[in-house]
Amino acid sequence: MKCNFIIYRFDPAVDKENRYQEYTVDAEPTDKILDCLNKIRWEQDPTLAYRYSCAHGICGSDALVINSRVELACQMLVRDFKTGNNFVIEPLPFFNVIKDLVVDLKPFFDKHRSVRPYLISDQKPPQKERLQDSKTQAFFEPALRCILCASCTSSCPITRTNPDYAGPAALLRAFRYIFDSRDTATDDRLEKIDSEDGVWGCKTMWWCTDVCPKGIPITKCLGQIKRVLKKRHS
Amino acid sequence: MEHQFDVIIIGAGLAGLRAAIEIGENASVAVLSKVFATRSHSGAAQGGIGAALANEEEDNWEWHMFDTVKGSDYLGDQDAIETMAKDAPRTIFELEHMGVPFNRTDEGKIAQRAFGGHTSGFGKAPVKRACFAADRTGRVILDTLWEQCLQRNTQFFDEFQVLSLMAANGRCYGVVAYELATGALHSFYSKAVLLATGGAGKIFKTTSNAFASTGDGMALAYRAGASLEDMEFVQFHPTGIYKLGILISEAARGEGGILLNNDGERFMERYAPVIKDLAPRDMVSRCIMEEIRAGKGIDGKDYVHLDLTHLGEDVINSKLAEITGFARTYAGVDATREPIPVQPTCHYMMGGIASDVDGRVTVGNEETPFEGLFAAGECACVSVHGANRLGCNSLLDTLVFGRRSGMEINRFVQRVDFQKPATDFEKTAAAKISGLMQADGKEKIGDIMSRMQEVMMDNVSVFRMESPMTEALEKIQELKERYQNIALQDKGSCFNRDLLDALELGHMLDLAEVIVMGALYRRESRGAHSREDYPERNDETFLVHTLVRFTDKGPQIFNKPVTITRFQPEERKY
Repeated sequence: MKCNFIIYRFDPAVDKENRYQEYTVDAEPTDKILDCLNKIRWEQDPTLAYRYSCAHGICGSDALVINSRVELACQMLVRDFKTGNNFVIEPLPFFNVIKDLVVDLKPFFDKHRSVRPYLISDQKPPQKERLQDSKTQAFFEPALRCILCASCTSSCPITRTNPDYAGPAALLRAFRYIFDSRDTATDDRLEKIDSEDGVWGCKTMWWCTDVCPKGIPITKCLGQIKRVLKKRHS
Repeated sequence: MEHQFDVIIIGAGLAGLRAAIEIGENASVAVLSKVFATRSHSGAAQGGIGAALANEEEDNWEWHMFDTVKGSDYLGDQDAIETMAKDAPRTIFELEHMGVPFNRTDEGKIAQRAFGGHTSGFGKAPVKRACFAADRTGRVILDTLWEQCLQRNTQFFDEFQVLSLMAANGRCYGVVAYELATGALHSFYSKAVLLATGGAGKIFKTTSNAFASTGDGMALAYRAGASLEDMEFVQFHPTGIYKLGILISEAARGEGGILLNNDGERFMERYAPVIKDLAPRDMVSRCIMEEIRAGKGIDGKDYVHLDLTHLGEDVINSKLAEITGFARTYAGVDATREPIPVQPTCHYMMGGIASDVDGRVTVGNEETPFEGLFAAGECACVSVHGANRLGCNSLLDTLVFGRRSGMEINRFVQRVDFQKPATDFEKTAAAKISGLMQADGKEKIGDIMSRMQEVMMDNVSVFRMESPMTEALEKIQELKERYQNIALQDKGSCFNRDLLDALELGHMLDLAEVIVMGALYRRESRGAHSREDYPERNDETFLVHTLVRFTDKGPQIFNKPVTITRFQPEERKY
């Protein structure tokens, strides 16, 4: 069936500002949106730029705005949309566009780095594995599903108004280490995000949770950090 | 632009990152990757990583070694396999210490589950040997190693495509790379280069592999004079989602899932009476194809069912969450209530750049070292997987040999001085790029690529025969000629995917030719290489590694012996 794609284009070498270009693609209802973009690129317009790799929602390369909502292009099929086979494809909001649908994610990864996203332990590890209770792990397990696609952080209304806000993805990573019983930097981690640029920047608007392509309850996870901080303050 | 580092690592998957961590502060190191590090295909690994921890039941490294040797259909080098199996438990503990969130037993130890071909008592019964983090094991290890690199301030050059190795006189002096965002060329001079570029599944039409899995490192090494080893051994994973090839982990069967044909029969009981659905991948893929040929595919079509419905929602949601998500999203199937339609999908290259247990790339059958060039992970052939890799041995391979390569590189860079090559490699690379940009041929990259993928899928996949493969070789050579007449439509310098496609296609065509040549050369059936015209394994002639080397006269085939230490070849039954 014929699908109509209106795609955001911007080539810094020639365009002063962005424009929209229209393509018609012959697609099956079960085709991924990524398949349609590939058809456009291979059959009609090889100049179209976008990122992709694994094509099944695990590498996190292809988060885009599809019909006004942030989605992974490889995780949404043509049949998932009730828009009469019309699609508008745009780059992730908030980040600067490098070309077409490719954005500069440096600010995203800088935020990620700011929460010290690695296990910190002052205990010498044993010969074998450290023991950990399954229940402890189950608590932070949702955060392990994160694929760093930047959907949440780019959608967050606070990120857009406060560029210094760490954003949901980075705070989710902080959550992962705060609640990992093997990490001993809990106090320091909590202190570092106990501010408006940290976890209190979250105003519980749920946009992150709503757009997360891996179904992570991000807002709730951030709420758990807030709960611990409140307890400590009182 | 010019850069100088002691070590350049190409590829930011598990092998590359593990090596980077090992080199750490001993030497200056840069990691180049054509995709952002966390997008690397290691992250798609699902089911687990093998090690005889004996956390769930009795196990030891010798059983692991035996299973790997037998799984390899006796083609794996047993000294290398011993190294890997012995080092496996240490590797797991090290990952745990770095923070990898493995699933746990009731006692809080690392949990383990069964996987294809892994047994206790030298083949007596399936054993729980795979350590896992739900069904996102690769993803969490990749994240952990990448974050360890962030902690160490490792320098990354993300979205850099390597164009060529600076290689002359059996020595590597660095690489020339193309920066995707700007189109700029960069010369990276180094004492050592480690290739850790992963697999090449995109050569085949149906694959579980990422778009990035185009065998760049193998092709670059091959063109620079290194030998490719055992390239005819291509693993088809039995359970890819029907038509799409998206992987449904072997963990699904490790947790108790079963394969059913159109009669609802658990057909693996007939083929592998002892370990049934947990037979190794080469066997299960062949059995599925046999069932389909016998008209027992579902509704007479070319797929069978993978049934998980009896496992219960708890097991499915806690241990197989990702794959049930894939089944739901892409096949519209609720795996807790209905079976998943599956068929074999191209998954892994057992072959690769001929190298040793310390990552040293070797040239020719005399094993002369290629000075300064190292390889680890899927792009390398050590060889620990021989003719067929067992599930959960690939993550282990990347970490054991990534680390060992790092250690060897540390020793190497202490020993040698910087040398600049006499040739201006950047100039040659620039000429290649401008040649591609200016070419005004009639051929479309997309057409040649899809034709190559079809030819390879139709003629060089699970079952193989002389005459279709001879035709396939001719067709691939034709495609190589057509490739000389391609034209790029994107002439820009910012995120020019068209150019990247062209480079990747060139690499894949080289490798496709080597795969078919090896498959024609090997007139026997062994592991994943199943010749219908030579159905028996022939140890007298072919208990050898195939080597292919690029020369002025084109690809040349030769061979080298297999290292056998503890286990003499036997008939392979499960």
